[in-house]
Amino acid sequence: MFRRVFRFYYDGFRKMTWGRKLWGIILVKLFIMFAILRLFFFPDLLKRDFSSDEERADYVLEQITNP
Amino acid sequence: MYWNKSLILNHMLESIDMSLVDWSRGQFALTAMFHWIFVPLTLGLSFIVAFMHTIYVKTGDEEWKRITKFWMKLFGINFAIGVSTGIILEFEFGTNWSNYSWFVGDIFGAPLALEGIFAFFMESTFIAIMFFGWNKVSKRFHLTASWLTAFGASLSAIWILVANAWMQHPVGTAFNPDMARNEMTNFWDVIFSDVAVNKFLHTITSSFLLGSVFVIGISAWFLLRKREVLFARRSTVVAAVFGVIAAIATIATGDTSARIMARKQPMKFAAMEALYEGQTHAPLVAIGAMRTDTTKRLNPQEEFIFKIEIPNALSYMVFLTPNGYIPGISDLVYGNEEQGFMPYEERIERGAVAIQTLKELKKAKERGDEATYSALREKFNDPVWLDEYYQHFGYGYYKGRELKELIPNVKLSFYSFHVMVILGGHFLIISIVALWLSLKNRWGNHKWLLWVALITMPMPWIASQAGWVLTELGRQPWVVYELMPTISAVTRLKPAAVQLTFWIFLATFTVLFIAEIKIMVTQIKKGPGGK
Repeated sequence: MFRRVFRFYYDGFRKMTWGRKLWGIILVKLFIMFAILRLFFFPDLLKRDFSSDEERADYVLEQITNP
Repeated sequence: MYWNKSLILNHMLESIDMSLVDWSRGQFALTAMFHWIFVPLTLGLSFIVAFMHTIYVKTGDEEWKRITKFWMKLFGINFAIGVSTGIILEFEFGTNWSNYSWFVGDIFGAPLALEGIFAFFMESTFIAIMFFGWNKVSKRFHLTASWLTAFGASLSAIWILVANAWMQHPVGTAFNPDMARNEMTNFWDVIFSDVAVNKFLHTITSSFLLGSVFVIGISAWFLLRKREVLFARRSTVVAAVFGVIAAIATIATGDTSARIMARKQPMKFAAMEALYEGQTHAPLVAIGAMRTDTTKRLNPQEEFIFKIEIPNALSYMVFLTPNGYIPGISDLVYGNEEQGFMPYEERIERGAVAIQTLKELKKAKERGDEATYSALREKFNDPVWLDEYYQHFGYGYYKGRELKELIPNVKLSFYSFHVMVILGGHFLIISIVALWLSLKNRWGNHKWLLWVALITMPMPWIASQAGWVLTELGRQPWVVYELMPTISAVTRLKPAAVQLTFWIFLATFTVLFIAEIKIMVTQIKKGPGGK
């Protein structure tokens, strides 16, 4: 079963013609998104800067109660 | 730049820079609008492909196989370029809108997690079978994969639309003041709120319509060039049938959407009709152009240079009677006791009390003042206090600010609504004409009609984007309706940092968009082939 599924996907990718270009675009896009944008420009600030939910809540409370 | 913790803290208590809010909104709008180029075509085309595939399996006619494969290829290109562009929105939630993403809590988390588990994996698996399955799996299993891809795509859309609907109309949740976040109290209230159900139906039916107009337009191009005539005519019939049904459903759900908006978001409703003074027997502006008048009480105020009205239609649309009172922007801002609208000044005062209560609760907790803390905490469980004060929480941020900040951009709301409605009507007509003439075997005999179909092809994107502009911009200044405005939701970063990522996105998206168009056009020019 596993072999058949593997063969199905393997053959599908191998016989790809115009789809190869699309996969190229997808991979470049994912690289830009996760290896560059996510890593250097878009950290999850609350997750990165605070170690517990209580600290995060405290920070956000400070923010939203000081308009 | 903004990966520096100290920078955030330094800016924490500084007054909010409006250019930061504008750039953050601009960045989010750019990403969302780019994402929305791909999503509706994926939703619409997936069902059209499934219908064509069904006809092939039923008839065994090889021409239908060519037709299915061609549209499947265009679906694949669109899916590949568009896939994961929505993930950038989630990056922005965590970086640029961190207060918001914490405040909404599991309302966003739960639906998006469900999207990931159920829809994304289902979609990915069955798309592979759909593309690789020709002559590899049984015809029926292959067809099932096409249908499951289509349903999987729509299922993906449910969850994000539910989350958006909650932002428009927050229900099924309770605010936890200790954690500064909303917690779900009733999952079913969240997913089956009338706003969520109608938003989902209006979005998917309008996307089906977009897919239909796309297929009719491309087919018209083949007919104009007298290439692949049978392919083009058959494609047109399927798309036109689907298009007529989708257009009628889009209009019906749009009508319901307006009725819900009039009750739940009266400011957006008044803005989209540029109605400043409320009235019974309110007319619907069918078409109009505006200029800004800065001498009026609500400064600035839009005035019509010209307009064509349908008498009583607005009141009738909402209340099914011309006697229904439609509040204008002035009624909402300055209040109208007779009609039960509290003035914004009062709502601001009450909101400020709610914010102050939350602030005092935090302080009491910090200094260990248990008695004060318990008394204040109790308020957040008291339905009367919640109704009198917490309900106006977001207005409290506008204490000392100008009232006009609480009014959305009237001109943009008006034009986006009217562009969407006028184009929607045009798509219905095109679909009916294409279907009627196709059934008479005369679609393609009138060159000018084919040109109209071809020129119409990009218009559903304009209509669809205009719909979202009205939804999101007409809701301003709120991110979570009446609870959290943009000025409170935004992370206090340096505007220059947000500008930088805005331009990076613009460049990346432009390249991706050009790639999509180029690959798509190349494949369209090649035609279905395989004869």
